[in-house]
Amino acid sequence: MRGVEGFFKPAVFFVCLLPAIMLAWHGWRDLLGANPIETITHDTGIWGLRMLLLTLAVTPVRKITGWNGVMRLRRMLGLFAFFYAALHLMTYFWLDQFFFWEEIWFDIQERPFISIGLATFLLLVPLALSSPTAAMRWLGGRRWQRLHRIVYVAAIGGVVHYWWLVKADARSPQIYAVLLAVLLVVRLLYGRWFTGLLSQLFSPSRFRV
Amino acid sequence: MIIKQMADIRPSEITDQQIYRERRRFIRNASGFLVAGMASAVLHPRSAQAGHGGQSIEGVKSSSFSTKEKLTPYKDVTSYNNFYEFGTDKKSPALQAGSLKPRPWTVVVEGAVSRPGNYFLEDILKGRSLEERIYRMRCVEGWSMVIPWVGFPLGDFIKRLEPAANARYVEFQTLFDPVQMPGQKRDVLEWPYVEGLRMDEAMHPLTLLAVGLYGEVLPNQSGAPLRLVVPWKYGFKGIKSIVKMRFLEQQPRGSWTRSAPHEYGFYANVNPQASHPRWSQRRERRIGEFRKRKTLMFNGYAEQVAHLYQGMDLKNFF
Repeated sequence: MRGVEGFFKPAVFFVCLLPAIMLAWHGWRDLLGANPIETITHDTGIWGLRMLLLTLAVTPVRKITGWNGVMRLRRMLGLFAFFYAALHLMTYFWLDQFFFWEEIWFDIQERPFISIGLATFLLLVPLALSSPTAAMRWLGGRRWQRLHRIVYVAAIGGVVHYWWLVKADARSPQIYAVLLAVLLVVRLLYGRWFTGLLSQLFSPSRFRV
Repeated sequence: MIIKQMADIRPSEITDQQIYRERRRFIRNASGFLVAGMASAVLHPRSAQAGHGGQSIEGVKSSSFSTKEKLTPYKDVTSYNNFYEFGTDKKSPALQAGSLKPRPWTVVVEGAVSRPGNYFLEDILKGRSLEERIYRMRCVEGWSMVIPWVGFPLGDFIKRLEPAANARYVEFQTLFDPVQMPGQKRDVLEWPYVEGLRMDEAMHPLTLLAVGLYGEVLPNQSGAPLRLVVPWKYGFKGIKSIVKMRFLEQQPRGSWTRSAPHEYGFYANVNPQASHPRWSQRRERRIGEFRKRKTLMFNGYAEQVAHLYQGMDLKNFF
């Protein structure tokens, strides 16, 4: 049992790293298409969003399946979301704009999808910084948990960032919006507030004469 | 067929061996889906002949309108396309456009002209000498290419149709056929694709009806068999696979203008000063280059076309 579990996390780690490895490989073999910088930007961005949604899926999966082992992946998945988001932002600053700060500043002001994208990344920074166990201890479990609720805002920000950048065909961002909505609704259904409400509504004491 | 009207076929003057080899290497190296898709598109039986895979066009004259800038490789010109009739990402058109049948082809001419009717592509091309025009192409999305088109001035064709005095605009329509153009099964845009020009823009000597690129017949993903090229305007004005031209008194509304009127205007002249909500238009990435370059007013064709817009505030008429 321990052997399987011990193998599990490194395997997931490797799978999460695969998109980055593939990107590097395609870059090396000149397979990124006619506009490689655009491909890198899109790829790192979409994987950041996917990792964020996977991170948000951990708790629902645990509650629905009762499999507690999945919790051990949460921090790693969250850090992968940050990793890809950071690559995405670096691609924009470096490869796309070449640190042309004046242009970047124009972009942030004029283009809502870029403003919200940057804001979303900034929201992820404190979450990544407070991910080590030491930071968690220092903050205290309660405060740490409150801080990490930011992840919901960040996930919504990520989906909106994607939605606003497409020209006409919003099908793909719509799929991510639906997935996020499902994850949030499941959370709500299994949340303390909702189950509390349910048990209040249907508690036998209410129906006593 | 275009080809039958030409004399003997000889290799295009601008077919670049190095690019050809690069393409072979690309195909060899590609893997998985990519190899299947690319190969079926590039090595399509109908176009598996010389050069880049298309049929060569004979007797093409060079033009003083051509730029001397470095050409964008054939592979990039034909694998990175916005042609929503074949899917909304840029790889799809090259992979999907095999379902389009560009022969036989008819263009319907309607509206304020003395000679309306159905024109076969062969009739449109009959007796016309084709020119190579190497133009810069600037996409509204902030990238650009240099493409050696083969075609003839749109104005030459329009003159033959004898437009009436009240023909102030020309509207163009792309084929509507969801079987040939599977992207039309989803209404991401209003189909058929519509674009338009003011009459003086249409008659301008730079405005081209293209039937080929790189010395060969247009590949399907590039708008076969007949497409518009207006080099001082953003690429979306260059409507592809044209089946209808209407001569109108009123300004037509293009598909993108209908989809997002505050983003895509009727004129769509390349203008680094007129900002777009999604992309900075101040600079552009030339495909194949790393650093961005400055975008030029009217895409560098100001000398030839600026007079068309004298007295107009181009930030309002974007």
